[in-house]
Amino acid sequence: MVKQTVEVTNPTGLHARPAADFIKIASSLPCDVSIEKNGKEVNAKSILGLLALAIAKGDCIDIITDGEGEQDGLKKLVDFVKNIKE
Amino acid sequence: MKIINGIGASEGIQIGKIYKYEVTELSIIKKDIIDIDKELAKLEVSLDKSMNEIEVIRCNTLENMGEDAAAIFSAHLEILKDPELIDGIKNLIVADKVNAEYAVDTITKQFLSIFEAMDNEYIRERAADIKDVAKRMIEHILGVQSQGLDSLFEPVIILAKDLTPSDTASLNKHYVMGFITEIGGRTSHSAIMARTMQIPAVTGASNVYEELETGDRVILNGITGEIILHPTEDAIHSYKERVQQFIEDKKKLQEFKNFKSKTRDGISFDIAANIGCPEDIDQVLEVGADGIGLFRTEFLYMGREKFPTEEEQFSAYKTVLEKMEQRPVVIRTLDIGGDKELDYYQMPKELNPFLGNRAIRLCLNEPEIFKVQIRALLRASVYGNLHIMLPMIATIDEFRSVRNEIHKIEKELISEGVQVNPEYKLGIMIEIPSAALSASVFAKEVDFFSIGTNDLIQYTFAADRMNEKVSYLYQPFHPSLLRLVNMVVDAAHKEKKWVGMCGEMGGDTKALPLLLGLELDEISMSAPTVLKVRSLASKISKIDAKVLLEESLMKENQEQVLELVEDFLTNIED
Repeated sequence: MVKQTVEVTNPTGLHARPAADFIKIASSLPCDVSIEKNGKEVNAKSILGLLALAIAKGDCIDIITDGEGEQDGLKKLVDFVKNIKE
Repeated sequence: MKIINGIGASEGIQIGKIYKYEVTELSIIKKDIIDIDKELAKLEVSLDKSMNEIEVIRCNTLENMGEDAAAIFSAHLEILKDPELIDGIKNLIVADKVNAEYAVDTITKQFLSIFEAMDNEYIRERAADIKDVAKRMIEHILGVQSQGLDSLFEPVIILAKDLTPSDTASLNKHYVMGFITEIGGRTSHSAIMARTMQIPAVTGASNVYEELETGDRVILNGITGEIILHPTEDAIHSYKERVQQFIEDKKKLQEFKNFKSKTRDGISFDIAANIGCPEDIDQVLEVGADGIGLFRTEFLYMGREKFPTEEEQFSAYKTVLEKMEQRPVVIRTLDIGGDKELDYYQMPKELNPFLGNRAIRLCLNEPEIFKVQIRALLRASVYGNLHIMLPMIATIDEFRSVRNEIHKIEKELISEGVQVNPEYKLGIMIEIPSAALSASVFAKEVDFFSIGTNDLIQYTFAADRMNEKVSYLYQPFHPSLLRLVNMVVDAAHKEKKWVGMCGEMGGDTKALPLLLGLELDEISMSAPTVLKVRSLASKISKIDAKVLLEESLMKENQEQVLELVEDFLTNIED
């Protein structure tokens, strides 16, 4: 299991299209993926779970990958979150 | 007779009988169960059935209403596969040994309470989707058939507290004259679908549900959002005429979608649309505009944290150029300053920002910012008919130095091996009186002019259009403005260059006879106005418009011109 904290800088947070795009990447990974915010952890292959976290601009989230290809997967997701521009 | 006001969610007027859609509340009772596997199996069966049903609805919707409406049901399919939702339901059945319908209800309600509290329209819509999907699942678990809206047998106006996307999709279009809901706004799913199906609808009409019963007569006005309950015969009679008029007007306007824009005596010109971002293109294609007369690129720069990259800009320009195929697309380079600011770029405070370092002046002072945009534009040029337009040009020297800069960037790109379409056009916006007065000088060197009336009027009358005390000086019909525009058009035509107009005046149907008299080659406006202007132009003869203009140019003030124009418009034959 690997884990990294990222700050969401996208003005609209992780809603709508960025959330859907995030799910797409997470779902394509062979490993388990979860996101933790303020102690609450959800399956990051779930759009509803992700939306329920209400991730807004300025929030720090932990991205956690576990299993096959966890390192690469984590990097992909972290890069995605750092580079979203809406 | 009583009138209730809601939101006009989909255009049209209908007079008809109400069909009150009553949703039987599903009674969900928590039960302790022993056979967990049986409960899980019930859940699996309901998931399968729901999946199949939604897939059928999605296909039908795609065929009948297109991709946008069908996307709603793709989202429903995603919800049915969502691990947080489905695993949550399964876990609850197993851990608490409860019945499946109770577990579905409990878990979905947890999401709903979170989503409905959020101040975000996208998420609130997801809440509506979850509700819709959960209802379908529970019905399958309980084995109850919901009373559908597909079994109507006479034309009615549907009255409901709320309509789910599934309800709307199952409406039998032959019998649904319109619908009224208590909940929902202009962007709710049902409103969007009503517009796609072209069924008039009023949403958000609070307290209407209890007032009406099946069979009651109403007048539904989807334009104003009015619902007239129990109308008198007189009201029905006068509305019937309005309905007829509305249908005829709409039909006539739609005919113009595929027509060439021309005057009654057959003189062609272009009616183009203004856009603010690439997403606006769909609306433009829908009305069949002849081109894009003004693509304001500011949106790419505003509401973000740093300047957009070359790639981001390139992709926006490419999208627009490709979608417009070979029709002309006029893209205005960055026009900030004045009242438009960027969060991430501090502009020094100026005493007179409207007369200060804005638009092309700012780009000349900040060549690095400008270069990114020009590179993106030139790279996109191979995908369509690109016209680059420079805002706020005041002198020919400014134009020449910008042109040199652009040529330099073009050479750089070519030396990097990047393809540039050499046919792209370079023009200026005429919005400063000095440029209008020197139009004959500019006309020799630019490819086109576009007259930006908003600023041109402001600078001609030296009156800030945002200042209420002097806003009476915003006078588009004043002879001095008409004379200025007339000069610009003459200067352009002498050099065989085209000249267009963007800004409020272009979309003002009252101004149209004057603009046709001025012989503008292109008039640009917001997309919803295009068909109205095209239709009106087909009734005006260019020769008459020229006479009107000649008379107007000799008047003393705006009132006298307006009087002439109003006379002219009332005398147009229908």
